[in-house]
Amino acid sequence: MGLELYLDLLSQPCRAVYIFAKKNGIPFQLRTVELLKGQHYTDSFAQVNSLRKVPALKDGDFTLAESVAILLYLSRKYKTPDHWYPQDLRARARVDEYLSWQHTALRSCCTRALWQKMMFPVVLGQPVPQETLSSTLADLDSCLQLLEDRFLRDQDFITGSQISVADLMAIEELMHPVGAGCQVFENRPKLAKWRQRVEAVVGEDLFREAHAVILKVKDTPPLDPAVKENLLHSVRSLLQ
Amino acid sequence: MGLELYLDLLSQPCRAVYLFAKKTGIPFQLHTVNLFKGQHLTEEFSQVNSLQKVPVLKDGDFFLSESSAILIYLSCRCQVGDHWYPPDLQSHARIHEYLGWHADNIRGTFGVTLWARIIAPLMGLQIPEEEVERNKTGMSQALQQLEDKFLRDKAFLMGQEMTLADLMSLEELMQPVIFGYDVFEGRPRLAAWRERVEAFLGAELWQETHAPALNFLDQWTKNTLLMLRPESYPSFLLRIARIP
Repeated sequence: MGLELYLDLLSQPCRAVYIFAKKNGIPFQLRTVELLKGQHYTDSFAQVNSLRKVPALKDGDFTLAESVAILLYLSRKYKTPDHWYPQDLRARARVDEYLSWQHTALRSCCTRALWQKMMFPVVLGQPVPQETLSSTLADLDSCLQLLEDRFLRDQDFITGSQISVADLMAIEELMHPVGAGCQVFENRPKLAKWRQRVEAVVGEDLFREAHAVILKVKDTPPLDPAVKENLLHSVRSLLQ
Repeated sequence: MGLELYLDLLSQPCRAVYLFAKKTGIPFQLHTVNLFKGQHLTEEFSQVNSLQKVPVLKDGDFFLSESSAILIYLSCRCQVGDHWYPPDLQSHARIHEYLGWHADNIRGTFGVTLWARIIAPLMGLQIPEEEVERNKTGMSQALQQLEDKFLRDKAFLMGQEMTLADLMSLEELMQPVIFGYDVFEGRPRLAAWRERVEAFLGAELWQETHAPALNFLDQWTKNTLLMLRPESYPSFLLRIARIP
């Protein structure tokens, strides 16, 4: 059994891993783990990742969780082009710096934006106070500003003139509020142009394929009540 | 001009960077950025890091923020033992797996005690008891996962030798301990791991690294802490608002 990737394209980091593997022609078996159906709670998935999270990787006996770890593992094992995770110490440090920052900054506001604007009210039928949503969208705005001013600046890509795994992680975070109907790129020409450049490198078809789920999330069919109950419980912290 | 580090040893990630640089004998110039006094919010410091955060590394004209990025950069740039950031594919992956989990479960969670017990009251604020309890539950769950998924029966988080992960992790856990909540109580496996890390680093370096935080606590106990600067209020309020 070759490489297996356990993904749900609803999840930002899963999309980044999916695009990276596909773009680089890395052969893998896709194992879809549908979070909205509670499939991450199965015993069989716990064998792959006892923390019950996606993305997860299984390569023979070796299992691995956490998107950054997976991206770096794949880039090394399959010797992907240098620009994805450069050998040059300083260029690589820039990627590491972004990947660390995004985890505690951009990730949180993009996840909350999707859940508070779309998942809770539309998919789960649970209204969210306007004040909470406004605060989250204000946070998102600040984060996007930091992304532009501190990381992207006047460069073509986040860490310089070439695309890296940082750009994949970043674009996937931004596609989350896009899926919720937020205007992320409309008033931000710099980010819009960067998105076009990323999409051009990834390729239109792959980009469309990777975003099929998130862009149709509002059409999610009603959830099984037991699953919905569990889900509401596990995501209640996203109501802040 | 050699390496320069902008740190406040009140901050967990700063302590991890400090311990690493000192233990591995990397020469550096220390610039202390006093967070309590709002020195990270000055125009001057913005030139160093426009994100207004510590730690920051300066290597010639190269500035780098984010503790994990700094630790990785230093371990590759300088002559340090292989064990800190092992180069083989799977060990390398495991460290990054830990750092990813750490960002979600440890970072943020273990900083709350200082804010709840000391900084918020100094600002005339009270963190609701239910938030404090929720944070303790969060810490407890994280500690259980740290033991069950990462440490298990190993000497250190990644195996038989110390790595960057142990520094990042332990310094977060030390924060509530320093400020009055012993997370190691009732957790002998983690307590034993802490002892091993301390023994590896050496008592002198350990004490030196934790002295500023203990000194801060001492001043607070004796009511001799200087007033918070008003400029610090907005960013401190934001931090407090983010406590779940």
